Amino acid sequence: MNEIDISLVDWSRAQFALTAIYHWLFVPLTLGLSFIMAITESIYVRTGNEEWKKMTKFWMKLFGINFVIGAATGIILEFEFGTNWSNYSWIVGDIFGAPLAVEGIMAFFLESTFIVVMFFGWNKVSKGFHLLSTWLVAVGSNLSALWILVANGWMNYPVGMEFNPETARSEMVSFWDLVLSPYSVNKFLHTVSSSYVVAALFVVGVSSWFLLKGRHVLLAKRSIMVASVFGLISALFVALTGDGSAYHVAQKQPAKLAAIEGLYEGQEGAGLVLFGVLRDSRNFNAESNYHFKVEIPGLLSLLGYRDANAYVPGMRDLIYGNKIRGIEGVHEKMEKGRLAVTSLAEYKAARKKGDNVGAEAALATFREFYNYIGYGYIDDPESIIPPIPLTFYSFHIMVALGFYFILLFAILLFFMIKKKLEGKKWLLRVALLSIPLGYLSSQLGWVVAELGRQPWAIQDILPVHKATSHLDTSAVIVTFILFAVLFTALLIAEIRIMTRAIKNGPKE
Amino acid sequence: MELSTLQQYWWIIVSLLGAILVFLMFVQGGQTLLYTVAANDEERTLLVNTLGRKWELTFTTLVTFGGAFFASFPLFYATSFGGAYWVWMIILFGFIVQAVSYEYRKKASNFLGTATYEWFLFLNGLLATVFIGAAVGTFFSGSAFFVDDYNLSYWMNKGRGLEAALNITNLALGLSVFFLARITGAMYFMMTVDHDKIVKRASKQVLLNAILFLVFFLSFVVILLTENGFAVDPVSSEVSMVPYKYLHNFLDMPLVLILFLAGVLLVLFGIYKAAFKKSGVAFWWTVAGIIPVVLSLFLVAGFNNTAFYPSTYDLNSSLTIYNASSSHYTLTAMSYVSLFVPFVIAYIAYAWRKINKVKVSNDELEQNTHVY
Repeated sequence: MNEIDISLVDWSRAQFALTAIYHWLFVPLTLGLSFIMAITESIYVRTGNEEWKKMTKFWMKLFGINFVIGAATGIILEFEFGTNWSNYSWIVGDIFGAPLAVEGIMAFFLESTFIVVMFFGWNKVSKGFHLLSTWLVAVGSNLSALWILVANGWMNYPVGMEFNPETARSEMVSFWDLVLSPYSVNKFLHTVSSSYVVAALFVVGVSSWFLLKGRHVLLAKRSIMVASVFGLISALFVALTGDGSAYHVAQKQPAKLAAIEGLYEGQEGAGLVLFGVLRDSRNFNAESNYHFKVEIPGLLSLLGYRDANAYVPGMRDLIYGNKIRGIEGVHEKMEKGRLAVTSLAEYKAARKKGDNVGAEAALATFREFYNYIGYGYIDDPESIIPPIPLTFYSFHIMVALGFYFILLFAILLFFMIKKKLEGKKWLLRVALLSIPLGYLSSQLGWVVAELGRQPWAIQDILPVHKATSHLDTSAVIVTFILFAVLFTALLIAEIRIMTRAIKNGPKE
Repeated sequence: MELSTLQQYWWIIVSLLGAILVFLMFVQGGQTLLYTVAANDEERTLLVNTLGRKWELTFTTLVTFGGAFFASFPLFYATSFGGAYWVWMIILFGFIVQAVSYEYRKKASNFLGTATYEWFLFLNGLLATVFIGAAVGTFFSGSAFFVDDYNLSYWMNKGRGLEAALNITNLALGLSVFFLARITGAMYFMMTVDHDKIVKRASKQVLLNAILFLVFFLSFVVILLTENGFAVDPVSSEVSMVPYKYLHNFLDMPLVLILFLAGVLLVLFGIYKAAFKKSGVAFWWTVAGIIPVVLSLFLVAGFNNTAFYPSTYDLNSSLTIYNASSSHYTLTAMSYVSLFVPFVIAYIAYAWRKINKVKVSNDELEQNTHVY
């Protein structure tokens, strides 16, 4: 019963990746556009100018088209923890379930109740209450992001828990450690602010298209004004929290950092690869793993450790260990992990026999080596390094795009203030073409975060192959295909409806 | 608080969420009546619009029900969702297609066509009610699974949950939920749509579906009260089959019995008012009945030393509210969170009143900028 079927693990991961990627095509726009609408409606309520109301309603219409498919693709994610990752759901459910429940109680109801008031309440509630509802939709959707990112942050950096050998699971000992974990807080801020950038790019891009066509000029210009200010502030904040992410990853997940930075050999004053092309990426003993690379000296040490001379462990150190630097190799960790696994089994067996002395002894060993338990399930030391090329390139493209967005918003704002934007056709075209880049960088961020933490479902505690449900692979293949077909069909519908609604423009 | 008190508290919360979910399935029931109660596309649009302002509430309640069950009884979440894979997948597919259908049904360039989205709504209405009902039926009829020493679970039936839909107890409950949802769906139309013909047809549907509902619900109740139940020995935690267990549970917990009987009477009273008096508020009478009935059934499944998620494969793998729950700490933390619930219910009620102030009619739709 304990045999692991690798094809089951791969298909379960593929299905989760598929559903998460589709879900994330819609969430960033929901998170950001809700605030942009709330801002424009606030201006409407303050000025009483109908043009701002028309504009709010226009963006709301697009919000609605996007929101429902976000809900459609989101419901599956919550339940997938149970259907496809049921071992995970037991082993850490005592901790992981709570944020999901809080998300439902505190965020989803807020969002779903006030979204109805927002859409259908224009003639039924007062102006002030309507505005409040729009703000509550924004707050509700961002709160839901908070709770799910707390949960996700915890998987990367597990805190506030203790293992209970009786129930054979990790149990929560501090709710606040979980919620206020710096890793999670930073993750939340980085994720939502980058989502605001995606939404701002969307609004700027659509408005630029209007300007290029010479339609709805006032609405378009005002939208660009609001969205590029919102986008610029958000993009700067993304850079700031991105720096925070690098720092946290360096402290908690050195293998992830080494992989995304392509750092094979540990070094003091490690440089940040600005641009590079990998070769033979999984040969950890190669002379060089680059065709070529351009580095900024010392920057990686500075970002990761706040010290330009700090030692950053490379992938070789992390796999084989480095005695001088006090880094344990995976082989040693695997041995300790296996001790944790077997002593837990011995404890269980002794308890069954009523052998209290034996149980105590086994428990003491278990406690000593518990922190290595995840390594007890690892067979190949090199497998603790996540896929390198995909995480490495994803990270670098994401960062480059992040800086490009700052520049784009700044230039847009500059010409906007100079009142020369309408004449800058090239810039409007660039803005329009940048819409997909926002989505791309947001998805790449998740590739870095999720692929970068492989092979772990819970860092160092639970590898993904111990986390799946006991299913037949064929069942997961069937549901994977069904999801792929259904979500693709719905995506096509969404894009067609969205582009049509944009072409039709706001109601006059 | 004592661990066992918290476990009972959370079973009540989960039961209450389940009860609210069944009430809110009037949306699903209504979705299966679009072609029965509406005679043409214009009338159908009225129905879709009145349901469309509530679908998110049901959807969110389902998600919260799942999340709350996960947080409070994670072993159930792991065992049932990972085990009865196909049942849950079918339910989820039903909700995925529902979520987009209101918004996309009438939109230009919607790719799949209006009829497809209406068919999606019907499908969701059928699958969600029958399968969620059948899944809850397994609380009384049991499932074939095994839980090992590490509390990891293994499903022992190749049907992966589909077998549940073939069991007579589950099917009776599933179809009861389905017809009950159609009753409340029709009542909701009567209450919220300003259209005489629709009200008349909906009232007829209340009666028709009530007859079918009663057939299946009474069958379920008879089976429930006469069948053997999964009893837990409070000292040894051994699970055994006890004749008339659920009947005994009702008799041992008179308050639960009263909830059940009073609830059934209220449901019937609502049906009478809707079918014979064409009353709009009948909806609320029936709702006031549904919540205590469903609540009482959950309590009978989980309280009084009963295994709420029994295993027919290995009786001692059965889940009880004591062996399936979260830790003392987590249940306590979540109990603080549960204090938000009355506040949530209050703002939902407020928004409901505001939005339902004016009945849905062609005029009302014309004044709205957002129409489904």
